[in-house]
Amino acid sequence: MRIEVDADLCQGHGVCESEAPGVFEVGRDHQVVVLLTEPPDDRRAEIEAAVRFCPTHALSIVDD
Amino acid sequence: MAVDTGIREPARVSGGQGATGHLEELRVDPIGLMQRVRDECGDVGLFRLADREVVLLSGAEANEFFFRSTDDVLDQAEAYPFMTPVFGEGVVFDASPERRREMLHNQALRDKFMRGHAATIAAEVEAMVARWDDEGEIDLLEWFAELTMYTSSACLIGKRFRDQLDGRFAVLFHDLEKGTDAIAYVDPYADIESFRRRDAARAELVSLIQGIMEGRAAGPPGPEDEQDLVDVLMSIKNPDGTDRFLPDEVTGMFISMMFAGHHTTSGTAAWTLIELLRHPDVLARVDDELGELYADGAEVSYQALRAMPLLESSVKEALRLHPPLILLLRVAKEELEVEGVAIHEGQMVAASPSVSNRLPEDFPEPDAFRPDRYLDPLEEDRLNPWTWIPFGAGRHRCVGQAFAMMQLKAIFSVLLLDWEFTMAQDPGSYRNDHSKMVVQLEQPCVVRYRRRAVSLGHTGSVA
Repeated sequence: MRIEVDADLCQGHGVCESEAPGVFEVGRDHQVVVLLTEPPDDRRAEIEAAVRFCPTHALSIVDD
Repeated sequence: MAVDTGIREPARVSGGQGATGHLEELRVDPIGLMQRVRDECGDVGLFRLADREVVLLSGAEANEFFFRSTDDVLDQAEAYPFMTPVFGEGVVFDASPERRREMLHNQALRDKFMRGHAATIAAEVEAMVARWDDEGEIDLLEWFAELTMYTSSACLIGKRFRDQLDGRFAVLFHDLEKGTDAIAYVDPYADIESFRRRDAARAELVSLIQGIMEGRAAGPPGPEDEQDLVDVLMSIKNPDGTDRFLPDEVTGMFISMMFAGHHTTSGTAAWTLIELLRHPDVLARVDDELGELYADGAEVSYQALRAMPLLESSVKEALRLHPPLILLLRVAKEELEVEGVAIHEGQMVAASPSVSNRLPEDFPEPDAFRPDRYLDPLEEDRLNPWTWIPFGAGRHRCVGQAFAMMQLKAIFSVLLLDWEFTMAQDPGSYRNDHSKMVVQLEQPCVVRYRRRAVSLGHTGSVA
């Protein structure tokens, strides 16, 4: 599992950070930073919630 | 002629023969004009506003180009001349519009503040309905405009400021909103009634806020934890000790912070209620959803941040059919091309939520109110990120979207749990007034309310 961010869309609402703390962080520049680009599978449910509830649909999960 | 490149000029829409082009039509029937651009010209078409040409884009591909473009390419700042007199010309801000948007976003709209805002909003709705009798009538435009004035001032500026406001503030704000005639594209200070009222309302707002600031300067400071944005701005001094921000500037800042979230949320609340009353089958399902979610006595401040699928879908569908902003504008800063059609530097470029939200290829039965289109597995909003655009899309997407959705869920939780509503006029007679750039519900727009014998949240325990 890999996380992709569309930087054109991210506005830094921080919903992902609330849904999956430690995986995402929104800094002072209002851009999301993915802390774990290839997170372990046991975080999947939280990450799916982050993707789902992102207000700008900037996140996606890629399964290679 | 750009023969060799294969890039064509956009097709021009019919009409607009007079000196001001399509301006008059835009002031009377803007949606009809924009739909005709799509019908006659396709994804990229051209109309004329006085001496400016506007290239109107629609469809997923052209919209994606519009929404992904940066400000260096498609500039937002110059595109809305009708807003300058509302915010105040010559008001000097410490920060660019972009930076101010960021500040607002960072301080007030971050996810971690939402729970506090939800409690604030629920309390404001409770305070408004506390003035009601057991049954009566409300004008949707006036009632939701007043409510959202209190909620946005309380959440964005602070409780202390909100408590110094009364109904006058909403009335003045409404005059600002009505002062957005498209004639501003010719002259933002034209001598017309709506602009005179706009300028008088702004002056009155400055004097109200000046009164509040003088009162604070003369009185004892409020408790540290109750400080609001007025206190913060008043504490900033110039090197010579004088106030950095005068009442006119503070008023301009507050107007610019509150404007975007006010008429939009107010109108969406009204349209959600109207559409639910027009579709009793959906309303019954929304009532059931609320009854279940609140059956165990959950707080609105808790529930409004969580999933309420059918109510949310009803709000989304009201937004799709009645988007508060019908025309999004930019100015091209360089020579551009979209779908083989040229856009020239200096032309205005536009996208229209009203047109895009009803494209039949993306939204089957586009004119029908069908909240189920957002539920699993259809999810037409997620499926069409560039044409489901009540909040815009891409980098300029509404920063208040999550706040707005939470606010509407909180408002309808309070209203529908304890009250029943019915239409007080013909269902087809509720419509928008499109004569100004800021769309408002046309009056009369009255509904009746009646207190429920038993709150929806308690129906389970009564049986």
